[in-house]
Amino acid sequence: MSSVLKLSRSAEEGLRELLKFLLEKKRVKAVFTLCKIKKNGTVSYSLITDADMLKDALPLFPLMPQNAGKLLSRLTLKEHLAEPIAAVVRPCELRAFIELVKREQGSLENFIFISTTCPGTYPLEMSVNGDISKKLPEYEEDVKKGNVISDTRPICKACEHFMPYSADMTVALIGEKDIDKNCEIFLNTEKAEKLIEGMDGELVERELETEEVKNLRSKRQEEKRKLFEEINVEGLGLSGLVETFGRCIGCHGCSRVCPICYCVLCDFDSRDYENEPSTYESELKKRGGVRVPPNTVLYHLGRLTHVSVSCVGCGMCTDVCPADIPLSTIFLKVGEEVQKIFNYIPGKDVEEAIPLNKFEKDEFTEVED
Amino acid sequence: MKDEFKPRIIGFLCNWCSYAGADLAGTSRLQYPPSLLPIRVMCSSRVDPLFVISAFLRGADAVLIAGCHPGDCHYQEGNYYARRRFACVRKVFETLGMESDRLRLSWISASEGPRFANVITEYTEKIKKMGPNPAKKNIFL
Repeated sequence: MSSVLKLSRSAEEGLRELLKFLLEKKRVKAVFTLCKIKKNGTVSYSLITDADMLKDALPLFPLMPQNAGKLLSRLTLKEHLAEPIAAVVRPCELRAFIELVKREQGSLENFIFISTTCPGTYPLEMSVNGDISKKLPEYEEDVKKGNVISDTRPICKACEHFMPYSADMTVALIGEKDIDKNCEIFLNTEKAEKLIEGMDGELVERELETEEVKNLRSKRQEEKRKLFEEINVEGLGLSGLVETFGRCIGCHGCSRVCPICYCVLCDFDSRDYENEPSTYESELKKRGGVRVPPNTVLYHLGRLTHVSVSCVGCGMCTDVCPADIPLSTIFLKVGEEVQKIFNYIPGKDVEEAIPLNKFEKDEFTEVED
Repeated sequence: MKDEFKPRIIGFLCNWCSYAGADLAGTSRLQYPPSLLPIRVMCSSRVDPLFVISAFLRGADAVLIAGCHPGDCHYQEGNYYARRRFACVRKVFETLGMESDRLRLSWISASEGPRFANVITEYTEKIKKMGPNPAKKNIFL
């Protein structure tokens, strides 16, 4: 059982009210949340210090314009926050940030994380013509019922980690029948309980993990099975990889948006991966032909080995791919298998070291001889 | 017999153990197939997964990483990290349906000249049976 702050207004309004309260009472210096840019429903992450500006905040808008984990890392890369900021982020964004913190690419200090039981987000392309705003009523209905929501990102439909692991507060959404009337904010830490002291609203006790949540988890697992089957990752082999990545235009957008790909200067952007004329000659002599530009499969395999251990499956890579490569499915599958051998869930616990940065003396005897 | 497949194995050998082991095999005049292309690295943990993938995609029939036995690393614990990294690359290969048997991690100490010769002989035989790396003829990598 956890203590819950119950506000009698819709989930989004309630959350906005909480943020306003935190700002006005100076419990936080700023709020980090999604904000409306234009009427048609495009949103962007923003830092807000003026409580009046919160009227444009859409903290629960079902779109991930960028993985917030990456943005929070940029805010705290050089120095940790001097004053508290409340950040409203999705579970996978929080996990991504924690993975970055483990890599010393950011700091958790002075952050208050507010997250939700995440119903999923729509693809970026749907944010262009206000399509998402049109979808919102349908979205809300499905959230209430605890359904897998149609037209959301395939990776969201297949996501099992939709309950935040380390948020200070969690807004219950999935399977909550009256999110249009009630806002229930779970206070997971002492810090959270202190922050809301003096706020209007009822304090109750209840479980976050409801039947609906459990049901959705099994529905999502089924979706994931279907998704993996569709792409048949394990059956790809070299020829499958060549086919899948053959349409890659080499924009490296997937690594730009990937929260785990944190290197400022990516090796793949360097001249080292530009073939010398002599390399072309030797490769041509060997193969009789060579793709231009070369090293596409190398790039993706390289990224897979570098990222898989910490991939949180946020789906940004697929979202930005202009060639429609099912990157996140492949990364999620490979990521899961790699994470399984290390018994690791990325972003779950900031105290747990990244598997590649630690070792046991007696392990993996099956790969060595 | 002219067209007999002769595997090419890229070997990343650690300076302190396996490279010295290879030297010992040589000075002891042990016979082993000339299939290994050795690259000396200071430690098995110096091998970035990218080196392995690069070698594989450029057409190496197999990639061998060899280092000091666990507990004997010149840098105390480099080989333990290398083993984890190797387990990760192998898993990536397996999950994508690629032949992970073309990647191998062996511990060969400086005094194990015969073991070095054995590993190379045995691995070469195995790769011979597997046939050439399909990446060799693929032009769309």
